[in-house]
Amino acid sequence: MVLKGLMTSDAAADRVVPPSGYTARLTMFSAATMAFLAVFALALSLSAGRVAQEWGEALARSSTLRISAAPEELSAQTAAALRVLETTPGVEEARPLSAEEQQALLEPWFGPDLPVDTLPMPQLIDIVETPEGYDSDGLRLRLSAEVPGAVLDDHTRWRRPLVAAASRLRLLGWVSIGLIAAATGAMITLAANAALAANAKVITVLRLVGATDAYIAGAFVRRFTLRTLGGAALGTALAIGAILVLPDAGEAGGFLAGIGFQGWHWILPLVVPPLAALVALYATQAAAQRVLKELT
Amino acid sequence: MIELENVAYSYGGGELLTDISLGLAPATFHFLTGPSGAGKSTLLKLCYGALRPTGGHVRLFDRDVTQMDRDAVAISRRRIGVVHQDCQFLDHLSVAENIALPLAVSGQDSADERANLRELLGWVGLTGRADALPPELSGGERQRAALARAVIMSPDVILADEPTGNVDWEMSQRLLQLLVELNRMGKTILIATHDLSLIRAAKQQVQARVLRISKRRLQLAGTDL
Repeated sequence: MVLKGLMTSDAAADRVVPPSGYTARLTMFSAATMAFLAVFALALSLSAGRVAQEWGEALARSSTLRISAAPEELSAQTAAALRVLETTPGVEEARPLSAEEQQALLEPWFGPDLPVDTLPMPQLIDIVETPEGYDSDGLRLRLSAEVPGAVLDDHTRWRRPLVAAASRLRLLGWVSIGLIAAATGAMITLAANAALAANAKVITVLRLVGATDAYIAGAFVRRFTLRTLGGAALGTALAIGAILVLPDAGEAGGFLAGIGFQGWHWILPLVVPPLAALVALYATQAAAQRVLKELT
Repeated sequence: MIELENVAYSYGGGELLTDISLGLAPATFHFLTGPSGAGKSTLLKLCYGALRPTGGHVRLFDRDVTQMDRDAVAISRRRIGVVHQDCQFLDHLSVAENIALPLAVSGQDSADERANLRELLGWVGLTGRADALPPELSGGERQRAALARAVIMSPDVILADEPTGNVDWEMSQRLLQLLVELNRMGKTILIATHDLSLIRAAKQQVQARVLRISKRRLQLAGTDL
């Protein structure tokens, strides 16, 4: 009913409240700023969620076997380890990394000219798990018996804090959106209170000619809601534009490269302006009801 | 239509009105007089529900004001036209928009009503001032615009608080003439004024009851008026 009243065009009702350029501009600016921040918080939250999921899935399905042994035993132990892995349920693929691949792993730290072949390097075996996964404790027992130099790293140790950090970041994003909505409501309430107080004479005249509380409140509610909607739409458009022009850090950017929206998530920022308008509607209505009661 | 029964009104610890009983029957004409500060405006506000009595009963169209919420009082007020001495306009709206305000708030802003508005502007002699803003009007024009706004809903009762307080003799006679015309159309009129010459002039044209507030009580004025 409130929304129906809001959408019904009533030019006369809109005109009973005197235009106030300064308040209007401040309300629109606040709404635009809050929408801008909300869209970024939304992007951050969604990106964090996406990263948490990707990291979780990718790391959960991969593990590494490191074989440290004397150079003359390294090939034999690698072959033994591969045999063990081939017969381990839950292991989809096991592949020893080539010397070039191992060098590439060390390149970020030691540069491209590292003579890997002259260093006592362990052999790394990349393990890809089936969706069901393997029994890591059982595998460790078998390896300790058959490949004494093998150390299994199933990534659990560093996967958990990474996923937890990304999940916390996602939660933080949603909390930020909640706080932004609350702050928007508080600001609109303050602005509406000020407008209602400044227009006490208007309210007196309207009551004198038979206006109901709903009519008087409606005039203020419509104005603040539409101002907020306009400001939030502007802020959302600017935020989407800013996200679109964020520099592409490529794969090296990791998490930073993922900030933004993907797929149907692009619809979500479009919800911000109507949501801000809804917050404004209820905030102004509550303020109007309170002030009208006080002005009795 | 409007009935006050043993009404009392107190404000700030002091009683302004005591044991007031008054009935405004259809098509009657009343003056309310008394010295400044006697409580004329307060009594008028009680008559249109802007104030609630602290004792007794005020009934608007057979409904007790104390039993009505704000919206019910507001809707009842559409049947009561009020003219204030200071007119109470919205200065950012034109004269025509101010006069049409009661129609707008009651959702009756139709083409027919706009035609009535033009007719009404002609009746009060403000056709050429329809688009002016209230601060651009003279005192007499403001009072006529306020009267037009009070009658645009074709109310049953018209309450006027010192309607001639800010206008010259000629304009006060013109306003009185408009109010007498309304009374002849069947409207009930109550005018609060301390202008005895206005009362004398009115009594030559209509049968008017003159009430006086004295010592917080309401009484019929003497025949000397």
